[in-house]
Amino acid sequence: MSDLFWLIPLVPGASAFILLVFGRRLPRAWVSWQAAGAVFLSLLLSAAAFIGLAGPGAEPQGLTKTLFAWIVSGSFRTAVAFHFDQLAAVMALVVTGVGFLIHVYSVGYMAEDGRYSRYFAFLNLFTFFMLVLVLAPDIVLMFVGWEGVGLCSYLLIGFWFDRPAAAKAGMKAFVVNRIGDAAFILGMLLLLASVGGGSFRTINDAAASGALAPGLATLAAILLFAGATGKSAQIPLYVWLPDAMEGPTPVSALIHAATMVTAGVYMVCRLSWLYAASPAASAAVAWVGAVTAVYAATMALVQNDIKRVLAYSTISQIGYMFIGCGVGAYAAGLFHLVTHAFFKSLLFLAAGSVIHALGGEQDMRRMGGLRKHLPVTYPVFLVGALAISGVPFLSGFFSKDAILTSAFAGGHYVLYGLGLAGAVMTAFYMFRLLFLTFFGPARSPEGAGRHVHESPRVMTVPLVILAAFSALAGFLGLPALFGERVYLFGRFVGWAFAPPSGHVSLSVEAVLMLTATASALLGIGLAFRMYRRSTEIPQRLARRFPALYRLLAGKYYVDEAYDAVVVRPLLRGSGWVYERFDLKVIDRTLDGTAAAARSAGRGLNVLQSGLVRDYALAFLLAAILFLGFLLI
Amino acid sequence: MIPSAAFLALAALLFVLGIIAFFVKKDLLTQFMAVEVMLNAGNLAFLALAKGFGRADGQMLVLFVITVAAAEAVIGLAIIVLVFRQRKTIRTDDLKDLKG
Repeated sequence: MSDLFWLIPLVPGASAFILLVFGRRLPRAWVSWQAAGAVFLSLLLSAAAFIGLAGPGAEPQGLTKTLFAWIVSGSFRTAVAFHFDQLAAVMALVVTGVGFLIHVYSVGYMAEDGRYSRYFAFLNLFTFFMLVLVLAPDIVLMFVGWEGVGLCSYLLIGFWFDRPAAAKAGMKAFVVNRIGDAAFILGMLLLLASVGGGSFRTINDAAASGALAPGLATLAAILLFAGATGKSAQIPLYVWLPDAMEGPTPVSALIHAATMVTAGVYMVCRLSWLYAASPAASAAVAWVGAVTAVYAATMALVQNDIKRVLAYSTISQIGYMFIGCGVGAYAAGLFHLVTHAFFKSLLFLAAGSVIHALGGEQDMRRMGGLRKHLPVTYPVFLVGALAISGVPFLSGFFSKDAILTSAFAGGHYVLYGLGLAGAVMTAFYMFRLLFLTFFGPARSPEGAGRHVHESPRVMTVPLVILAAFSALAGFLGLPALFGERVYLFGRFVGWAFAPPSGHVSLSVEAVLMLTATASALLGIGLAFRMYRRSTEIPQRLARRFPALYRLLAGKYYVDEAYDAVVVRPLLRGSGWVYERFDLKVIDRTLDGTAAAARSAGRGLNVLQSGLVRDYALAFLLAAILFLGFLLI
Repeated sequence: MIPSAAFLALAALLFVLGIIAFFVKKDLLTQFMAVEVMLNAGNLAFLALAKGFGRADGQMLVLFVITVAAAEAVIGLAIIVLVFRQRKTIRTDDLKDLKG
């Protein structure tokens, strides 16, 4: 069974093709079953391949299947091939597992949408590209997946393209990603030129053995990371992700929380030896991650749109993953990626259930008191919020703790401090969201209770499953404090990474763990005090520090700054080029050419008399000339 | 025994007559006949040369040309009839729609 792993991406790909071509004519039930079934089949194949990899008698270096040669040019050659190793196994299981649950959820969420088959076609297509990205054995094929998921992200953000905001958000995501991708391409070409091959093994070997000059390694690593800041929404290219919330909520859960946005983290993990070979690039990764983690969290504190809070939270959490990668704890970064995929998609889907229940309302100021009306959504949301806040023994606790401990162990105390500050804010904004949505009086204008209803089974069952994973996934990665042998996750993926640096004693680890717990509880307590106990505090604070509040609520005016510094000069420059060069040079040249041809034609058409005899005469003269030429 | 050069001379004479007729006449039908004369002058030249070289391939070619010419004549005449129906004239001087 496990040698069929190369079918993992192809099954959703084939399903996407069928839905794109015939989707309109298929009945809805068929579309639902096919789309979800294809991903479920991928999940089964992934699980089988995973068992082959983890079970007894496994091949530790993974499996490779070459489908066909793709580019053969001189000494450069690359094939379409899939490679299934520990890292790919983890990612494939997350993508297909979470992806399957979100497909099922979408059946309920999108039930009333007019473009039902189109939606599932795009969702399947996304799964296909994401799996290509994950299973690619070389950087060139990975880039195909990388671009493909970007395309699907664009299509799905702008899925309700008749809403101008959605169409604009899709375009913004695409353009911002393209900026990052330009850097990614440069980094990729640099590696191809200097290493002589695109396979991850070649690159990692070259970096580890020192065959790749340190300067080049740093440059390539930073260029690739610049690409990752676009895809994974880090400073300075994070601006597209909050706007991407215009898409359907399951899309936000799948693409913009669980899978695609973590592609950058996956890429850094894949090339861990390259990053390990370059301390400068690693430091850049860690610092960008840490600053983003705090920066995005501050913006999440004051957002009123339920999905935007989660969007900034996603940016912040991906920052944590990059801290892990940057300090050399790749396994910890990847572990946080996995747990985050569970609890963040849970939070998004639960938020979607809330929005669904309120008939499209996303503003938390008009929610409240939903705890009683949503008997399933509320507890699963609570589990997700506890997990992301890092309350002990839920998944987020272990993964965030692993990252922070590694940062501390590596001597990066400032990074550790930033991470801790971010953790307090994470707990605060998550429970602010929870209290505003589920507690207190109903602030819905038409009066809650009349239209509010719990979502159908097809939506709540995936929520419950995800909640179970969010609660329990942490035990896959128990820290050393509980015994060296229980760190299952690290032992499974560990060999795929450059070895981590630095260890802390068990007592220090225990102290760090208590500190993390305290910070989570501090954030929750603050939220409780401000949004449950004395609800006038937020307004008092906003009045006390009006400038700070405006800065945060205005999202630091980064969108406006980009607009002024990049977008508008570019538009003005393009306008100038259009007027000066396009109209005056290119158009005039072409018009001149056309005019010359026209007047030449007018001059020559004297010869066209329309009389048969004139033509015959020309014929005769030509024949005589030709004959004379032959004879002489 | 008539020498083949005489046949060739006759072919040349017929060809020139065809050319002259084509240029002096002004109606399509006669001009078409002039073209047929030129065509058959060509046939005659083939036969003369076949006789002169004592080979059969020239004669064979002539049979082909006659076959094709039959088809060509049908189409040509049909076109002339249609032109007349449309325009009520087959004077080539009146038919100059292709003037640029």
